[in-house]
Amino acid sequence: MAKASLPEKTGRKGKYNREGLRLLLLALPFVLFVVAFSYVPLFGWIYAFTDYRAGMTLFDCQFVVLKHFQAIWENRAEVIRVLRNTFALSFLGILGSPLPVIFAILINEIRSSKFRKLVQTFTTLPNFISWIVVFTLCFAMFSTDGMVNGLLRRFGMDPMVNPLGNADCAWIFQWGLATWKSLGWSAIIYIAAIAGIDSELYDAAHVDGANRLQTILNVTVPGLYSTYFVLLLLSISNILSNGFDQYFVFYNPLTAEKLEVLDYYVYKIGVLTNNYPQSIALGMFKTVVSVTLLFTANRLSKKLRGESIV
Amino acid sequence: MKKEKNGKSPSKRRSPSGILADFAICAICFVFMAMCIYPFYYVIIYSVSDPNQAAAGLLFTPKGFSLETFKSLFRLNDIPGAFLISVARSLIGTVLTLIGSSFFAYLVTNRKMIGRTAVYRIVIMTMYINAGLIPWYMTMKAYGLQNSFLLYVLPGFVTAYYVILIKTYMEQLPKELEESARMDGAGIFTVFSRIIMPLSKPIIATIAVYAVVGHWNSWTDNYFLVSDSKLQTLQMVLYNYLNQANRFQTMSSSSMDAAAAASMITPTSIKMCITVVVVVPIMCVYPFLQRYFVKGIMMGAVKG
Repeated sequence: MAKASLPEKTGRKGKYNREGLRLLLLALPFVLFVVAFSYVPLFGWIYAFTDYRAGMTLFDCQFVVLKHFQAIWENRAEVIRVLRNTFALSFLGILGSPLPVIFAILINEIRSSKFRKLVQTFTTLPNFISWIVVFTLCFAMFSTDGMVNGLLRRFGMDPMVNPLGNADCAWIFQWGLATWKSLGWSAIIYIAAIAGIDSELYDAAHVDGANRLQTILNVTVPGLYSTYFVLLLLSISNILSNGFDQYFVFYNPLTAEKLEVLDYYVYKIGVLTNNYPQSIALGMFKTVVSVTLLFTANRLSKKLRGESIV
Repeated sequence: MKKEKNGKSPSKRRSPSGILADFAICAICFVFMAMCIYPFYYVIIYSVSDPNQAAAGLLFTPKGFSLETFKSLFRLNDIPGAFLISVARSLIGTVLTLIGSSFFAYLVTNRKMIGRTAVYRIVIMTMYINAGLIPWYMTMKAYGLQNSFLLYVLPGFVTAYYVILIKTYMEQLPKELEESARMDGAGIFTVFSRIIMPLSKPIIATIAVYAVVGHWNSWTDNYFLVSDSKLQTLQMVLYNYLNQANRFQTMSSSSMDAAAAASMITPTSIKMCITVVVVVPIMCVYPFLQRYFVKGIMMGAVKG
């Protein structure tokens, strides 16, 4: 950058350093703040190796090294079930990841710009409500005296639709909700990417006599590869995080078997059964795996595309 | 989206199959759009219907008209209080986030800073490292933030994702203005508040919108660490009522005209009305703010 040349030209190295130091001192409170709120909690990981119980201080604790990790291992039937749910839901999410691409292409193909705007506005709305609200909306639609069952009853059908309490379709239902909530929003990033595709490519395709579908498949879709690839890698590195809110809100005894995911399990062990060390051990495992996956994905991306994602 | 670019619009010549394709595209988009809006619409018409008639089933129009449930909701002291708490946290939290994240972002745009890369990385890494629920809980408790309003607003002071977006934006501002102001003897704070902030209005607006919505919707901090009934957020109150709407019915009938309450209010109507109270503020501001959301995600996309 050209602007750095000024201090060097005048040769006032001292002033340069003083200025740099001053900036560092100004930034320091912010760094300390971040350390206090994001790094200090990491010291809590030490409790995973102790027999800590609520009310103790670190000095009261005995170090038990791997006791809690062993306990997790002994409890593996439950942990495996939790991991199965976590992976199942994450894989459904990854399988559904082309949907926003398709939706973005559909929106882009709408001829009326008014209608296009309308669709975009309303389909992004669900992204901006909390899972608690999603839960009430679901309750209004699908509960035993909700809209859907009321409608079925009116047509004289047996009103037995209750996806909120049905373990058989719990995965697909939660996946559907997550998709409903985020589809419109995720599509925006692809719409932006479509807008960034060189329009000469479209003109060329037009001149070559490509029809609409051919243009989409040969110009639009290839133009979206790299965005899709980045987001796919990110979602793979997030494979252990399904999010706490959704599964906390939709948890009930009927679907527990299928909806207990790692984020919920960490909460259950820590808060409901009050076993802090074991919960911390699980959380540690989750963070370490996620960060490793993220950096692996990043290295992969650098190798394949020469560009990092984080 | 801006105006249609020539190259990207589908060809103007319309064949029968083209018309069919257009129809199919619009139909799919319409169906999904309807799926997105209808639940909101349903909750709203339910909330203004007569609760007992509504229980028989609603589809597109309200049945009867009654604001009885709303009236009794606002007669309870926890709803207006929670509404104020949520508004306060959204406003104060957003202002704090904007000040902290944008000033820090401004500082790290300056290449003269000693250790600039390290300082920036320490902050950005917080997006990826997560100590977990219990360590977070213990730390916040140790800081004395349990049952404190500060718990809602303080942790967002420097938010890594916002810092990235603001820094990216500030880096493309012309440097000349800043440099000439510095020549004239303006200090860092003056330059930041008089020159950088006004120039960064678009990104600041975008982030303000993100932060407001984020605060309005968050409740886990409330759930884990705030039990004080005066500090409950609207989301949390909604969640509590969802789980115990029956309790409300008995409460309200003891505090009001018992017979009227029992006949006019049902557990479902209570849930619907609170949902409306939670959602309507977002729905009202949403159409105006939507372009900022879109702008933000596009700026994020550029950074990658």
